[in-house]
Amino acid sequence: MKTQVVVKIALVGNPNTGKTSLFNQLTGLNQKVGNYPGITVDKKQGVCKISDNITAEITDLPGTYSINPTSLDETIVLDTLLNASNPSHPDLIIVVAEVENLKRNLLLFSQIKDLQIPTILVINMADQMGRKGISIDIEQLKKELDSEIILISARKNLGIDLLKKKLIEYKKWSTNPITTIAEKIDAPFFNDIKTKFPTTSVYKSWLLITQQKHCSFLSEEQQLKISSFRTNLEKIKKYQHKETIYRYQKINSILKKTYKVDKNKATDLRSKLDKILTHKVFGYIIFASILMLVFQSVFEWASYPMDLIDSMFAKLSEFAKLNLPSGVFTNLITEGVIPGVGGVLIFLPQIAILFLFISVLEETGYMSRVVFLMDKIMRKFGMSGKSVIPLISGTACAIPAIMASRNISGWKERLITILVTPFTTCSARLPVYAILISLIIPDKRVLGIFNLQGLTLMGLYLLGFTAAIGSAILLHHTLKINQKSLFIIEMPNYKLPSLKNVFYTVIEKSKAFIFGAGKIILALSIILWFLASTGPSSFQNARQQVTSIETNKSLSKTDLEHKIASYKLEHSYIGIMGKTIEPVIKPLGYDWKIGIALISSFAAREVFVGTLATIYNVESDHEETGTIKERMRAEINPITGEKVFNVATGMSLLIFYAFAMQCMGTLAIVKRETKSWKWPILQLVGMGVLAYISAFITFTIFN
Amino acid sequence: MGDTIASLQIGEKGIIEDFSLDAIPLTLLEMGCLPGIEVKLLQVAPLKDPLYIKVNGSHLAIRQEMAKQIKITKL
Repeated sequence: MKTQVVVKIALVGNPNTGKTSLFNQLTGLNQKVGNYPGITVDKKQGVCKISDNITAEITDLPGTYSINPTSLDETIVLDTLLNASNPSHPDLIIVVAEVENLKRNLLLFSQIKDLQIPTILVINMADQMGRKGISIDIEQLKKELDSEIILISARKNLGIDLLKKKLIEYKKWSTNPITTIAEKIDAPFFNDIKTKFPTTSVYKSWLLITQQKHCSFLSEEQQLKISSFRTNLEKIKKYQHKETIYRYQKINSILKKTYKVDKNKATDLRSKLDKILTHKVFGYIIFASILMLVFQSVFEWASYPMDLIDSMFAKLSEFAKLNLPSGVFTNLITEGVIPGVGGVLIFLPQIAILFLFISVLEETGYMSRVVFLMDKIMRKFGMSGKSVIPLISGTACAIPAIMASRNISGWKERLITILVTPFTTCSARLPVYAILISLIIPDKRVLGIFNLQGLTLMGLYLLGFTAAIGSAILLHHTLKINQKSLFIIEMPNYKLPSLKNVFYTVIEKSKAFIFGAGKIILALSIILWFLASTGPSSFQNARQQVTSIETNKSLSKTDLEHKIASYKLEHSYIGIMGKTIEPVIKPLGYDWKIGIALISSFAAREVFVGTLATIYNVESDHEETGTIKERMRAEINPITGEKVFNVATGMSLLIFYAFAMQCMGTLAIVKRETKSWKWPILQLVGMGVLAYISAFITFTIFN
Repeated sequence: MGDTIASLQIGEKGIIEDFSLDAIPLTLLEMGCLPGIEVKLLQVAPLKDPLYIKVNGSHLAIRQEMAKQIKITKL
């Protein structure tokens, strides 16, 4: 057996170059998403065998237009490439470019090449050259750039094998810099840098000097040396501009010799589509229709697999009950674990469908048009056009949505986006909405095509958005923050979405959900089951207590068992907790059992359904098993004799869940992103008060 | 005189003049918006903000406040 060599590769490139397609082609399902230590930028890594004895460990770095970072995501690129002790510091770099925007892509390539790390230029979407009338003299370009270049088409899997073969011999590649920035800008200044940092390339030292914050990996001595060059910041800024202009001059002169576009052959699909999709009227109509389609599908399509999962877990529970020896352990499995796992899996279909749509919208290039259309409107609410992406992603989960707000450059715009995103209807609210809607709203069609339940859901989405916008306006007028906003977005060419990329995104997000949120939900359902199955002495003596009551003596055996079970639940630890908060939530129309669900929902909203499932399971005590929905429908208020989940209580709960900040994960991420407890606490209190008041009003109206 | 990207009509082109480095962020230069380069206004959002331009092969959307900083000579 040959010894295995591991080569570390970094994938770098502009956004929209098909970098992710290449990553997916190279690594397939051998990829994982982790975190960079200390910060929450997703770190995508994968493994690929490039020869019998060489394994490549590939890191897909965040897309960037330049090595000079303008956002947190982009500093990752700089740190990975400059810091030799970074665990992902590459042995070689693949810069992904695409045929149409080669000029701009080469700016980044020239910066990377000047770092003097072995680098290959991969020009993607080569299959479209003919259609776009583009011709490239590759041999000449190789000479001019003194670099390895390869044409590929990642989507069509063309040139990938050739690329792998090339990677094997990376040690032979030229590592000469493309530009000689020193002489062109200020020779004495750069010579001084060279003498002070004799072991690193001039460009690398220059990059370190231009950073506003010291790179953490530098020694104190190095930091001092760097500071000595940062005495005149105006000069540094000027030199950075000069450097960029010089790089473009160089690139232009190279491309003049090697790159030709025959405009007659180029089709103009982009401008035709832009005319419609960014139209003053049609643009908005199309956007609204797409949103409507997304929400209808999330509710309609997902309901089939969801019902299936629901009944499957009910059956599984029943099966386990019949086949396992009775005892505490079996109870834990059938009443804690199985409903807990079911409670996680049940809304996987909705998450998958939502991310399917979001990734298709991103892949096609449509999302940038939405940003363009919405910017002016969103600015009236103190946000940016880019806030639309977090607000839409928020309909899946607020946590990645808040992280997506990072590319909003103005701090005030970004802060408002972070603060109001949790109002958007995330998928954790969906199971709560879904079950309550199916209990209180009839399954009817209106106007022939719309499902009434679907419309109610749409109404709740709108309510969430209205709350988000309303609070944004409020924040816009109260927060006194001066900001310098940098709004430059690329409008990428339209593309058909790659099924493979969409598939991987859906898999990745679903996995992240199951293993992230899933763990919390499962752990909580076990804790809940435990709290519901034990209690102080009154719990232990439940049987004597119930049987000693005169009126209970005439009851049949089943009814008596039922009474005992209810009594037990009421006197268990969780029952005591629910009873304690009952006076507070009574005005909203909730009993102590719903109170228990509310308490546990503060960890994560979706726990609501699982909690009720656990509670009713414990209570039913080995008797009839059915789906959660059936149990909730059968729940009767012992005092009034009416159904617990009537319209008033149901509506009040819907409103409460629409507004309340019930997600520890989101609070934690807001704390991390805003670097202060002030903002998450403001969210928790503000949203909580709004939820309580609105739910109270709703209950009063419907009752 | 005194034309900027913001004063272009849809479909019109101009050449970017030398601009003051303070007003223009480095990112815009890196996206290809350089002095001496042709810029074309492709589309505007309602209320003429943001503006959708083509410059140096890049298709970009920028806000009016930034567009007003970039002086051009109309073609």
